[in-house]
Amino acid sequence: MITLQVNGKAHEIDADPAMPLLWALRDLLGLTGTKYSCGISVCGACTVLVEGKPVRSCVTPVSAVSGKAITTIEGLSPDRSHPVQQAWLEEQVPQCGYCQSGQILSAVALLNTTPQPTDADIDAAMSGVLCRCGTYQRIRKAIKRAANIATREG
Amino acid sequence: MSLQKLSRRDFLKISGAVGGGLLISLQLGGCKQDTPPAKETTTPAPTPTTLFEPNVWITLRPDDSITIRVGSSEMGQGVMTALPMLIAEELDADWSTVTAEFAPINPAFANPIFGRQQTGGSTAVRGYWKLLREAGAAGREVLLTAAANTWGVAAEECHAENGNIIHEQSGRRLRYGELVEAAAKLPVPDVVLLKDPDQFNLLGTSQARLDGPAKVDGSAVFGVDVQLPGLLTAMVIRCPVYGGKAVRVDDAEAKKIAGVRQVVSISTGVAVVADHFWAAKLGRDALKVEWDEGPAAQLDSATITQRFAEVVDDGTIGRDDGNVNQAIDGASKPIEAVYEVPYLAHACMEPMNCTAHVQQDSCDIWVPTQGQTRTHNTAMQLTGLPAEKVRVHTTFLGGGFGRRSEQDFVIDAVETSKAVGAPVKVMWTREDDIQHDYYRQATYNRLTAALDDNGMPVAWRHRIAGPSIIARDARGREDTANDFSSTEGAMNLPYAIPNLQVSYARVNTAVPVGFWRSVASSQNAYITECFLDELAAAGGKDPYQLRHELLRDEPRLRGVLDLAASKAGWATPPPAGRFRGIAVAHSFASYVAQVAEVSVDRGRVRVHRVVCAVDCGMIVNPDTIVAQMESGIVYGLTAALKGEITIARGRAQQSNFNDYPLLTLEENPEVEVHIVSSNADPGGVGEPGTPPIAPAVANAVFAATGKPIRRLPIRLG
Repeated sequence: MITLQVNGKAHEIDADPAMPLLWALRDLLGLTGTKYSCGISVCGACTVLVEGKPVRSCVTPVSAVSGKAITTIEGLSPDRSHPVQQAWLEEQVPQCGYCQSGQILSAVALLNTTPQPTDADIDAAMSGVLCRCGTYQRIRKAIKRAANIATREG
Repeated sequence: MSLQKLSRRDFLKISGAVGGGLLISLQLGGCKQDTPPAKETTTPAPTPTTLFEPNVWITLRPDDSITIRVGSSEMGQGVMTALPMLIAEELDADWSTVTAEFAPINPAFANPIFGRQQTGGSTAVRGYWKLLREAGAAGREVLLTAAANTWGVAAEECHAENGNIIHEQSGRRLRYGELVEAAAKLPVPDVVLLKDPDQFNLLGTSQARLDGPAKVDGSAVFGVDVQLPGLLTAMVIRCPVYGGKAVRVDDAEAKKIAGVRQVVSISTGVAVVADHFWAAKLGRDALKVEWDEGPAAQLDSATITQRFAEVVDDGTIGRDDGNVNQAIDGASKPIEAVYEVPYLAHACMEPMNCTAHVQQDSCDIWVPTQGQTRTHNTAMQLTGLPAEKVRVHTTFLGGGFGRRSEQDFVIDAVETSKAVGAPVKVMWTREDDIQHDYYRQATYNRLTAALDDNGMPVAWRHRIAGPSIIARDARGREDTANDFSSTEGAMNLPYAIPNLQVSYARVNTAVPVGFWRSVASSQNAYITECFLDELAAAGGKDPYQLRHELLRDEPRLRGVLDLAASKAGWATPPPAGRFRGIAVAHSFASYVAQVAEVSVDRGRVRVHRVVCAVDCGMIVNPDTIVAQMESGIVYGLTAALKGEITIARGRAQQSNFNDYPLLTLEENPEVEVHIVSSNADPGGVGEPGTPPIAPAVANAVFAATGKPIRRLPIRLG
């Protein structure tokens, strides 16, 4: 048995230790907010936070995160009140929405380490998270807005 | 005179005489409440409450909440907000009480443009706008009557406003929720009066997307997220070569994988059915399949190009103005160029998938689809069940771009569920998705033109060779000359050139082709707009001025051209090291011009800024128009700068985002969008932003390097 600490709750799972965290979250725990898109760690749709850091869950075996604090989109806030979620709605970022969990968690991780990111910081942190709808311009604006919301609320 | 004050009898009386207001007979799919839509099985049985349902689109409840059904699929383009806005405007609803839901399968929800439930061709607002406004207006009329009856006053003395009916003299008001019971007992008028645009409260104002909240907290249910009791996950292995078939399957190793339940052969390949994705994936990796690769086993990109080139001069002529051959033969220096574009994958972020539960006497399908009616038909054919036993439940689509009109993933799920007798979710991997797409077609084009002594084009001949999308269907094979799926954007060249000829030679290969965001305009806008810049250079003309002159008979296209040029500062030089390119396209009943500002540094093209002007007629939700222009530009930039599927040994050589890369955030230009104010009938917005961007960028690169870009993606030596 492997213990997964997801959004503050412990789950015992009986799984192949090599099973990617993505599939444990989605298919064993029913947390479908984390998305599959490439399976080879190049698109970022599956990004979750492990101990606050962005991790590509599609290539992370469950054995590697046993007991660590995992945050998925479902655990970011109970009511979409996280500054990044607020900013995402205020800038009307999502279109199809499929990549947005990965975008939002990548942005959260960026703001955790860099509360007032520059454009270069945003480029570096976000360019590996792909969006086929082309919401990038709004993502950039939303990250800056979220930084301001967080400062105001902080 | 306020239209809302008119009684039904009044506006019947003044039919045809009313100034500006539209009087239209109601055509709610001939359905109304006679054939109520099947209730979604996922929602619990409602407790008996009186509802006001004037038609299939609207449910109004005593607590003032309003549910509006949406006939189009939401794939990012904003229909789940724009279509309800059309109803809410005429209903005079309080927008904050409106929620939207996907319509079930029912002919009443068909898009009038197609006559079926189908999302594509940028037709959602274009197809539904009258129907939905009429539906909302009919609801408002009934509520007015209900309130007037309650108060014992004439309906003319009342008006509707933001979810209330108000009696002006007495100041009395009733909320819509309070009128539900009375309204439900009244007949629904079959003729209604629509508002004049100057009476709009909601249309033309930017409204937050109704699907926004569910897309920032992970709760939006896409196809891959469907969960059902006892649901199994399947993965299908297909022959890597197009048209190949499995001849022998050894599933011994696959069945040893923990969690693998069954391996079944279906018409599209071999399905490994398992408890979850990971087991299905490991099982499929362990499967040994011997393939008959079929006649395409040696097909490659060079052979395909050669076939196109062999026939490009022998196409069927679809447009022939003046005498193009005489004009070209008589020219002292005709200009000729060959333009090529590659196959392109759609690469929706959500890979293809479908969930089906086929039972003895029913079939349920949960699917991110652009084609509910097609899906319904596919399932009826495969199961032999009658229409009423097959239910299609639409989920959110993680991108569509035309790919999700296809049926391959539906066939996978229905056949697999039928074979194993359980609900099955078929999941495609990214590799499946890129390697088994219906690609935007590759084409080969020969263009020849002649200029007069003043440098103005007097002859234009465009010969196209390449595969056709509509030729996949028997009906589509009949008329090569008018094959819009390959010639749109070329056949309707908007420029005033007296001698103009366009021909098309159809060459379908084993490589599947399909509808890709903006279809043939995606390649033909690039080809024609870049060749025009070659003519401008040869004739010593400014690319903007030449277009302005040649668009003298196209006021709306000229309008966006002038607007984009002005906002981009075309008349002033660009910043040092930057170069501008301009392009226009008329597609899907909208007009778009874009100016791209680029730099070229050691062979690398960087797009810094794009100014976009769009005239899409009546404006529903301005922020959605802006978002769709931004989106179409990014989609087209990926194609211009990176996109290419190549074929070797009968299969696609690319398989994932590492070798089929997308534009990244860092590469995203600053995009500004200017919308032309218009009361013309609405045009599309999902696709028209895509065609002009590749030529705008390629023309800027031409300006920077002096060398025309005759092949995409742009690669500088």
